[in-house]
Amino acid sequence: MEGVAIDTVWVVVAGCLVLFMQAGFAMLEVGLSRMKNAGAVMAKVLVNMCLAFAVFWAIGFAIAFGDGGDFLGSTGWFIELGNPDGVASLAYSAVDENTKWFFQATFAAVTLAIVWGSMLDRVKFGAYAPFAIVFVGLIYPIVVHWQWGGGWLFQHGYQDFAGSGIVHLCGATAAFAGAMVVGPRIGKFRDGRPVPIPGHSMPLAILGVLILWVGWQGFNAGSWLAAVGADLGRVIVVTNLSGVFGVIGATIVARLLLGTLDIGMMGNGAIAGLGAIAGPCAFVAPWAGGVIGLVAGSVMVLVVLGVDRIRVDDPIGAVAGHGGGGIVGVLAPGFLTTPSSAELLGGREGLVYGGGATQLGWQLVALGSIAAFTFVTAWATFAAIDRVIGLRATEDAELQGLDIVEHGMYGYPERFIEVPGATPDDALPELAGAPAGAATRAWEGAS
Amino acid sequence: MKKIEAFIRHEALEGIHNRLAAMGLPSMSVTEVKGSGRQKGFTESYRGARTTIFLRPKLKLEMVVDDVDLERAIDTILEESHTGQPGDGKIFILEVQEAIRVRTGERGPVVLEAHDH
Repeated sequence: MEGVAIDTVWVVVAGCLVLFMQAGFAMLEVGLSRMKNAGAVMAKVLVNMCLAFAVFWAIGFAIAFGDGGDFLGSTGWFIELGNPDGVASLAYSAVDENTKWFFQATFAAVTLAIVWGSMLDRVKFGAYAPFAIVFVGLIYPIVVHWQWGGGWLFQHGYQDFAGSGIVHLCGATAAFAGAMVVGPRIGKFRDGRPVPIPGHSMPLAILGVLILWVGWQGFNAGSWLAAVGADLGRVIVVTNLSGVFGVIGATIVARLLLGTLDIGMMGNGAIAGLGAIAGPCAFVAPWAGGVIGLVAGSVMVLVVLGVDRIRVDDPIGAVAGHGGGGIVGVLAPGFLTTPSSAELLGGREGLVYGGGATQLGWQLVALGSIAAFTFVTAWATFAAIDRVIGLRATEDAELQGLDIVEHGMYGYPERFIEVPGATPDDALPELAGAPAGAATRAWEGAS
Repeated sequence: MKKIEAFIRHEALEGIHNRLAAMGLPSMSVTEVKGSGRQKGFTESYRGARTTIFLRPKLKLEMVVDDVDLERAIDTILEESHTGQPGDGKIFILEVQEAIRVRTGERGPVVLEAHDH
């Protein structure tokens, strides 16, 4: 019983860390958006987090983890309405069903947050709810069911501990489809060349990266869904080494290719390194975490440049960070899974341990099927939303800013409009709290 | 009465203001402006996308002085703004028709008199 309590406390704390990643996304995205859209970014992150929880509660969890076939589950609707014994796919964890749901719901919210990152500054607010219902209710849970729900990928030994493929690649693929459907921001490409539209606050963006980094500890180490007997320490070490080398790799490659010590690339290097280690973190040795991070951070820079080249506008680099990192993280276990962890968690040891190419083959199958399924379904959803209610904000809203047009007020009002009392000025005594009818001022009569 | 419009570097303002205030001419308006001139722009790089910004930030200092104070005000701005590099700025002198102090309604050069601070 004591063990269950310890497990439960850890999974709740880990879930809270993953929940805190929403603050990371909020800061990262607002930092890389323009001032006129700052309030809209905050509203978007908050509302989408709520939508993700609501939809995952009603239907997402049942499809993802419920008992059923190889492709989707069908028990556990609204959590408690399902089988009172809980879903079979998570029976390996001793914590109760509600705790499992909370932890998994935070993952659904992270995946949805990744999607909208690529579409910053130009999406109509009304598009969020319909997409969240389809994505968190159907697309993401189906991908989850293939692996964590005990579906066909799991049965073939696909290795993805905390979701390099299931969360990061899935989210980034939908982000890529969305950015293509919604189109680039006005002025992003001139004569076919990308124009820099810098975000308004690098301090907020990097604060966001660091908050995400902290949250990632719960994301990866919490995915044991247990504390007693779980190798939390190694997952933590592997995770941080990958994030560290992701930044180092991105910094060096950006310096070599672009000639500058690009701040955004450094931050996205962390995202790539951490996204790449989510899947392999329980399967690989600590040194391998460093290697995976270095590769992911380096690849990420190339993906940013590639996305720009095909004229897709991804303001925060979600496709490169989560997608580039996610691909590295899906493939890495094929090379680097240790024999002991394969024995413990399923699948086969990696190529460098003499395990042969079978595991890498299934990692490739997972990569292709997650990317293809997510791209097609997300594209279709975005296209349908665009056709029916419109995905893109009006040109007027985009130029004036989503803040004032969609939300009626700026995120930073004093930057754009006169606000009573905003400017320190002794010439407005009635606003400074002076007694009514005060006829004289302190400085009156002085020469 | 003359209006001085000086486009200066940010670093020059404090010295100008200190010296003009010491000689009894503290009244000025300063605006942050962006402009282009002989000084080259700078290249901005953001995640691999580059662009050249030709506008650089400067300060625009405006003050209206009596004719008797004009030359020493100009000298002060010149000395404090000069580095010898492109981008030091320019000074323009304009004729002013009238000066009126809002607080008292006074008119003419009396409004611009140098005074103890």
